[in-house]
Amino acid sequence: MPAKIIETNDSPLNTIDVDGITVDLIENALKNAREEMDALVSRTALSPGIREQGDCFPMIANREGKMVVGQFGSFIHGFTEAYDEEIEEGDIILTNDPYMCNAAVSHLPDWMVLKPVFRDGRHVAWSAMFGHMSDNGGMVPGSIPTEATTIFQEGIRIPPIKLYKKGELQSDVLELILHNVRTSQWNRFDLNALVAACNTAAKRCNEIADRFGDDVFCSTMKIMLQRNYDAMKHIISMFIPEEPREFSDYICDDGMGMGPYKIHCKMWREGDVAIFDFDGTDPQAQSSVNFYLNEDMFKMFFGSFTINVVDPQIVFNDGFYDLVDVRIPQGTLLKPNYPAALSGRTHALGRIFDVLGALLGMGAPNEMLNAAGFSDSPHLFFSGYDNKGEWFQLFQIGFGGVPGRPVGDGPDGHSLWPSFTNVPNEFVEAYFPLRVEKYEFIIDSGGAGLHRGGNGLSVAYRFLVDGHIGIHDDRWLTYPWGVNGGKPGMRSTKLLVRCDGSEEYIPAKCEDVKVQKGDLLYFNTWGGGGWGNPLLRDPNLVASDVSKKLVSAKGARRYGVVINDDLTLNDKETDSLRAEMSKDTVEDEMFNFGGTIEEIKSKSLEETHLEAPVSPTFSQ
Amino acid sequence: MSYRLGVDVGGTFTDFLLINESDGSTYTAKVPSTPEDSSIGVLNGVARICEQSGVNPKDIKLVMHGTTVATNAVLTGNGAKVGLLTTQGYESVLQVARSFCPGGLGGWVSFMKGPLLAPLELTCGIKERIDASGEVSTPLDEDHLRHQLKTLKDTGEVEALTISFVNSYINNENEVRAAEVAAEIFTDIPISISSEVIPEMQEYERAETTVLNSYVRPQVSSYVNNLQASLENSLGHDVQLSILRSDGGLASSRSTGDSPVNHLMSGPAGGVAGAIHFCNQANYENILTFDMGGTSTDVALIQNSRAKVRRETLVGDVRVKAPSVDVRTVGAGGGSIAFVPELTKALRVGPESAGAVPGPAAYMKGGDQPTVCDANIVLGLLPSDVQLGGDMIIDKKAAEKAVQIIADGIGVDLMEAAEGIIRIVNESMFGALRLVSVEQGFDPRDFALVGFGGAGPLHANALGILSNSFPVIIPPGPGVLCAYGDATTQIQDEASRSYLAMAQDITTDKFLNDLTDLKDKASQSLIKDGADDSSLEVTYQADVRYAGQAFQITVEFDEKEYKTKGIQLITDAFDDEHYQLFTFKLSDGHEILMIRAIVKVSQAEINSTSNVSSDISLNDAVIQDSRFYHESQWHDAKIYDRNKLQAQHLIPGPAIVSEMDSTTVILPKHEAIVDEVGNLIINPIK
Repeated sequence: MPAKIIETNDSPLNTIDVDGITVDLIENALKNAREEMDALVSRTALSPGIREQGDCFPMIANREGKMVVGQFGSFIHGFTEAYDEEIEEGDIILTNDPYMCNAAVSHLPDWMVLKPVFRDGRHVAWSAMFGHMSDNGGMVPGSIPTEATTIFQEGIRIPPIKLYKKGELQSDVLELILHNVRTSQWNRFDLNALVAACNTAAKRCNEIADRFGDDVFCSTMKIMLQRNYDAMKHIISMFIPEEPREFSDYICDDGMGMGPYKIHCKMWREGDVAIFDFDGTDPQAQSSVNFYLNEDMFKMFFGSFTINVVDPQIVFNDGFYDLVDVRIPQGTLLKPNYPAALSGRTHALGRIFDVLGALLGMGAPNEMLNAAGFSDSPHLFFSGYDNKGEWFQLFQIGFGGVPGRPVGDGPDGHSLWPSFTNVPNEFVEAYFPLRVEKYEFIIDSGGAGLHRGGNGLSVAYRFLVDGHIGIHDDRWLTYPWGVNGGKPGMRSTKLLVRCDGSEEYIPAKCEDVKVQKGDLLYFNTWGGGGWGNPLLRDPNLVASDVSKKLVSAKGARRYGVVINDDLTLNDKETDSLRAEMSKDTVEDEMFNFGGTIEEIKSKSLEETHLEAPVSPTFSQ
Repeated sequence: MSYRLGVDVGGTFTDFLLINESDGSTYTAKVPSTPEDSSIGVLNGVARICEQSGVNPKDIKLVMHGTTVATNAVLTGNGAKVGLLTTQGYESVLQVARSFCPGGLGGWVSFMKGPLLAPLELTCGIKERIDASGEVSTPLDEDHLRHQLKTLKDTGEVEALTISFVNSYINNENEVRAAEVAAEIFTDIPISISSEVIPEMQEYERAETTVLNSYVRPQVSSYVNNLQASLENSLGHDVQLSILRSDGGLASSRSTGDSPVNHLMSGPAGGVAGAIHFCNQANYENILTFDMGGTSTDVALIQNSRAKVRRETLVGDVRVKAPSVDVRTVGAGGGSIAFVPELTKALRVGPESAGAVPGPAAYMKGGDQPTVCDANIVLGLLPSDVQLGGDMIIDKKAAEKAVQIIADGIGVDLMEAAEGIIRIVNESMFGALRLVSVEQGFDPRDFALVGFGGAGPLHANALGILSNSFPVIIPPGPGVLCAYGDATTQIQDEASRSYLAMAQDITTDKFLNDLTDLKDKASQSLIKDGADDSSLEVTYQADVRYAGQAFQITVEFDEKEYKTKGIQLITDAFDDEHYQLFTFKLSDGHEILMIRAIVKVSQAEINSTSNVSSDISLNDAVIQDSRFYHESQWHDAKIYDRNKLQAQHLIPGPAIVSEMDSTTVILPKHEAIVDEVGNLIINPIK
């Protein structure tokens, strides 16, 4: 049974004509409201994850639950289908369970707040926001246990419940939830912030309706959806070929010794409809690296990547969903069977973007194909008791190299996720018992190319008390691939230097690793893949990269460039080296994966200091 | 007789305002700016205004100046080559910045990072380290430092040097020592250290801000020194030059040369100061300022006649941590271009602007794209058939032709398209007003709206309707308001330090001692510049948050208040403001992050007055009859000459008031009264 929405005013909303300029005005006003939600949360939230790094996303949807403004698309349809209750004015729903909302949120630490917006007793819109909580209870601090095999190990599951009933906070429920997490004060504030943002959005919707009238407001939202439909229809016919294209990429391992896991997608068009079929994707993993992918969310990923081409100012929304058909086979890495663990989904989430980028770009590699670099969001957890005996729990998101792109070099150590920023190290040092001794890009880590891949980052954490760390990263085995003749970027590594001087490369996915006061962790992220033939890069630019220490003199040879001892360019030797190297160049090699999976695995121990994972086996 | 002169250098014009300090009478002038060396324009204007007014140049004792020299250096990328010393391991601090790529999902695909203000080639890591607690964990290695400095010097490229070490905000000893050593090697270039420029947490923002200071320092100090010398030459040796700071205070020319980073928002701050000046005298203490120019619009919120000051601002795409009047800017102005994307058929206005060249279509300087200005001309809001004070010739046909492109694009008639453009641009400026009001917990209905700048008076009435902020006030000389602001502000300086202490752990006396130290530090430079100790007014500020929050609120207080109420004065004020912003407050956990002393030199108030002649009637001010198009119909409207309007004249809308460099629109169902100060006060007709 779907949810039943109780309205006290049954006069119908009429769909009427709205002049274009009024639509533009309301579009602006809704965009402002959405930005206000972001601003409000970043000011009032307490945890560094939401507040400093911006790991939270707002949405305003129309009465039917279609997202009119927002980032990741609407999940309301899935939710109302699954929620067998009545919804009244003043109710605010909270949930974090992907299995109960058709993966509207994809792991338990993302808490989602949803509010129906009423006006004079009529339901006119929805506002919603989700944010990544610092902790959700469960096996490990930070609640992303790689080794979890079912969702029950990943902390408290909140089915869709009313956090507020008719405007009244259900504090018993709230206290029960907060009792189950390690950072209850942070979560309390963060949740408050999400609720405040939804309330603000509701207020803004009412003000817009005050100004223009209810019928105009509701009709306009439909028109805004139609605008997106029209634009995307054109884009799909322009960019998506009838002839199918296919692409595969991998997440390196599952943190429990198996890998890599393949993500495969085939894309083609039938009439106006773009089809993405994930048949051929590996079955679900034994650990928590599954990514329960909401089909609508994938449509939104696809749309955001392409809509910018025609009207960057458009308020992007759900309107085009009927034009995209996403097929994900049940029981795979992207649609695991309940109760598979889901918390470590960041790797597959990132990889989806590399796959999507490749599929869309391959048709026009010079204009639209970017190299790989959307590894994931590497996580570091560090927890324990500080010198005052107080519990601390640090969660940091790392950044790697942005890939080489048609427009130019990839920036070094920048975020590919919208709105994310790093946390200032002085802030981290002031509030957590560690010292960040190094925060610098890694020389030569960006893939060589006409457009250089961005360098990854090396962050050296000196722990000032004993504690435990947990790490989630990928692209330690498979390479961030290069395109159009560009070379792959360098892979990620994690080196732990113990205070006794011993060194140990630790896996990209690990948890509950004991560290002692004085130990030093080098958290090194991946470099972006290179774009285009490196032998065509202006040698002066390469020499300049060398003087900036972005590329070493030795690394310059990957570009066929010879640098003198005084760091100046050696023209003559460069010419002859380039002539020599161009003999071996494979013409028009669109993707460079750095070898086959078998080749990469066979060199794993030697090159990464870690055993290669064994090919996954799948039991029914 | 003594005079003070306000000078505001803008992109196109340099504005002058000469005030007689004894009776408040004023003279204004406008001369073209001279971007290659703005001091030439300044001297031209000084000569012009003295000649026109008959004032003896030697009687001008104070020159108060708003300048965009520093800002332009940043925007045009014309600053100095800056060398940067960081803590070893942090050489990438500017390159990595905050790792942020603008744009939504996929924004990284087109993001291009601009060149660094201190290039990587001239960046060196130094062996030293301060802990988060302020302990020296690695002493400064002076041999290594000297070696690095010599290598830098050997490049022959460094024109200014920055030193920014990690955690120097809490202990600056390594930075200070490094600067001493650096001064031995670099004997002739300015050296800026982060703990002096901006002693605040956040290594990237502190480094970037200090580098920016170095970047503009050679240009700004040579500009200020030249100007001071030429002014002394023409106005006499006792003339004192002061420069407007971003936070709305004035600084001596010497302190400007040392810390130019505090002057990046000097321009907008002048407008805000001018608006405060006129509204204060008309007894409006709570106002929204609305400064609409050719390419952008600046808005700010003023409460109790004081502008909100923000600790961080954006110049181009550089994030600067320096106190500035909290002015928000949107890329919408008179020159903003309207267009219709083919696929969505939406009407978009800006952020592309036709600028001064090629300019709006109607100006016949080569522009043919429809701008906001063209739409105003088509609607008759900017009359084309009357010679306005300026000498700009307007071609209405060209405006109509341009706007017709939009009309065809969205399938409406010419007038509807023109009105659409105005409504869209008004909406986006309304968005900026919301940022400073609604989003900060203020209700715009509790504020008056002050319109100025070239295009502000044209749109102010319409904006007032959108935000429901009445009255709408158009101050005298809305085009030269910045110069008014420059001439009516106080000289000030400030000193601050990071505090990082919980309120409950602070003892009343210790805190007072720390504040007094800061007061002495801030007063030093003012006394050095000749201020009298007894003329100094001191206020204090504390930046407060609930422990763990990243957000902070600045609480302002004075010594007397603090002595009576103690630290609770600060925590109570914080709680109140937090509640206003976020609808909740906590009872404890207050952390004091920074404390600050602001010292101002008190000076005589200037009183402005309007024309008051009972012999001149409203009809005498009429230039001609005209009409304009508003809300889908034509309205007959008279055009008035503002210079002939007298106090208490009541102008019924629809009407247009014209003056040298600005046009005010009074919409139907509204009326404007001229007040004693000379403001036009627009209200809905009851």
